[in-house]
Amino acid sequence: MSEQSVIESIARLVPKGSRVLDLGCGDGALMAYLQHHRRCSGYGVEIDDSKVLACVKRGVNVLQLNLEDGLAVFEEGSFDVVLQIDTLQHLRNAETMLRETARVGRSGVVAFPNFAHWPNRLAVLQGHMPVTKRLPYQWFDTPNIRVGTHADFITLAGNCGLRIEDSFGLHEGREVRTLPNLMASTAVFRFTTNNL
Amino acid sequence: MIVTPQTQHFAEPLVLKSGAVLPAYDLVYETYGQLNAGRSNAVLVCHALNASHHVAGLHADANGDPVARSEGWWDNMIGPGKPLDTSRFFVIAVNNLGSCFGSTGPTHTNPATGQPWGADFPVVTVEDWVNAQARLLDLLNVQVLAAVMGGSLGGMQTLSWTLQYPDRVRHAVVIASAPNLTAENIAFNEVARRAIVTDPDFCEGHYLREGTLPRRGLRIARMIGHITYLSDDVMNAKFGRSLRARDDTEAVQAAELAYRYTTQDVEFQIESYLRYQGDKFSEYFDANTYLLITRALDYFDPAREHDGVLSDALARAKAKFLLISFTTDWRFSPARSREIVKALLENRCDVSYAEIDAPHGHDAFLLDDPRYLEAVRAYFEQTVAQEVAA
Repeated sequence: MSEQSVIESIARLVPKGSRVLDLGCGDGALMAYLQHHRRCSGYGVEIDDSKVLACVKRGVNVLQLNLEDGLAVFEEGSFDVVLQIDTLQHLRNAETMLRETARVGRSGVVAFPNFAHWPNRLAVLQGHMPVTKRLPYQWFDTPNIRVGTHADFITLAGNCGLRIEDSFGLHEGREVRTLPNLMASTAVFRFTTNNL
Repeated sequence: MIVTPQTQHFAEPLVLKSGAVLPAYDLVYETYGQLNAGRSNAVLVCHALNASHHVAGLHADANGDPVARSEGWWDNMIGPGKPLDTSRFFVIAVNNLGSCFGSTGPTHTNPATGQPWGADFPVVTVEDWVNAQARLLDLLNVQVLAAVMGGSLGGMQTLSWTLQYPDRVRHAVVIASAPNLTAENIAFNEVARRAIVTDPDFCEGHYLREGTLPRRGLRIARMIGHITYLSDDVMNAKFGRSLRARDDTEAVQAAELAYRYTTQDVEFQIESYLRYQGDKFSEYFDANTYLLITRALDYFDPAREHDGVLSDALARAKAKFLLISFTTDWRFSPARSREIVKALLENRCDVSYAEIDAPHGHDAFLLDDPRYLEAVRAYFEQTVAQEVAA
């Protein structure tokens, strides 16, 4: 999910000059954008060798760590914004990671594929797991080990002590603010934590 | 790339961390590439335990012809077009004080006695080495280094550079290193040192004066060290439980598949290999140097003066960092590198960290892992080079 329009729409949620931690930062495109266009500083976290290398090539600070091991290297409340863009669905310990986010960040932005998007609902009604542009994998061969919905996240966020400030959907590069749980392939949340 | 080592004499005394004073000394060094007009492209490479100033290129014989197999110990990393590209950077490699490869050390003459220093050579620390290197850079007219880089003990010197001379280092590349040695590390060093000092030929460190050499002790020290640089997996893959072939003919080899039930002779391949490594090492390395360098490793601990709080110690650092560790390195494990990363994060330093999943143990930092070499290349090309040009 590193198309320019998505990057721009996520970046708008990150205040200028903030100190950012991007969990699962991929090739570092979003961090690079935030550095250049919004004067942000910070670090990306990534596990994949080739993506770590891509970050170094972009001049993005990157830390090769396994998010499943937690965020022990980061101090409490040490970031203005913690990003988890298309990361949560790959994690076994998604809830722990959200709690860790609440610990190290003063606010956060989370985006993940919204399983309740109507084409997915249709596929399940027809008796099949969806295979779409946003969820392009067969059920038996997918890196997405957590499938959740826009509506589900609101419950989880509450459990983790996050205060949702804004939420919307993203679909084909556009923000969806009407019925995002039904109408958008991606769920996006901006929240604050108790560290504020 | 043909290189010639150079020697710089320093007449001004060097006060060591221990309080001892080295009245005068020589440093041997090599340089590669050209210093640019802005003097902004110098990179200092620090050496590890048994290495020297000869990091890259080949030495030449009296006729100017390259000497076969005289490549520097980091020749896969440093040279024209290599990850640390000498067509772009001016690379300086210095042989540390106390070494047996040229710089003033225990094998040299003690001016006070006219005899080899031997055991009387003062104990040197990582900080002392950095101070001596800084003096050489002054003479080379390099005030600010684009980067300092080193692996293992070289990584400790690199870290120390960022604390002793924070304004002189733009980037620090710290590979397979640690903020201090663990008790287990010190224990290995101590076993190696005891092997040396209990060798009857050690003569309390004055073996040169006595015309002997503590080869047996040095051999065992090297065998211990060597085991800790490899991983169990690599040793198993390379040697397993194979018996050493004692003859090349097939019939004899078949007969020798059985144990010989000896406790004194070499039975397994790994024994043969360790003995070979130990023998080779004892022929070219100085025992007192081994003692000094392992002690410098033991002593290194920048957090010590800050109640053990590493982040307080690193608060002085102004450099940007690249740290690299290797998953199977148990001598300088990734967890130790992550301690440095954590302390740098607490100081809001710019830091990148690559944890390379390589099988080779500590030795990996000298080997050709493309993920590792590419990470270093990318860092020098993108991050370091940018500021060199600016």
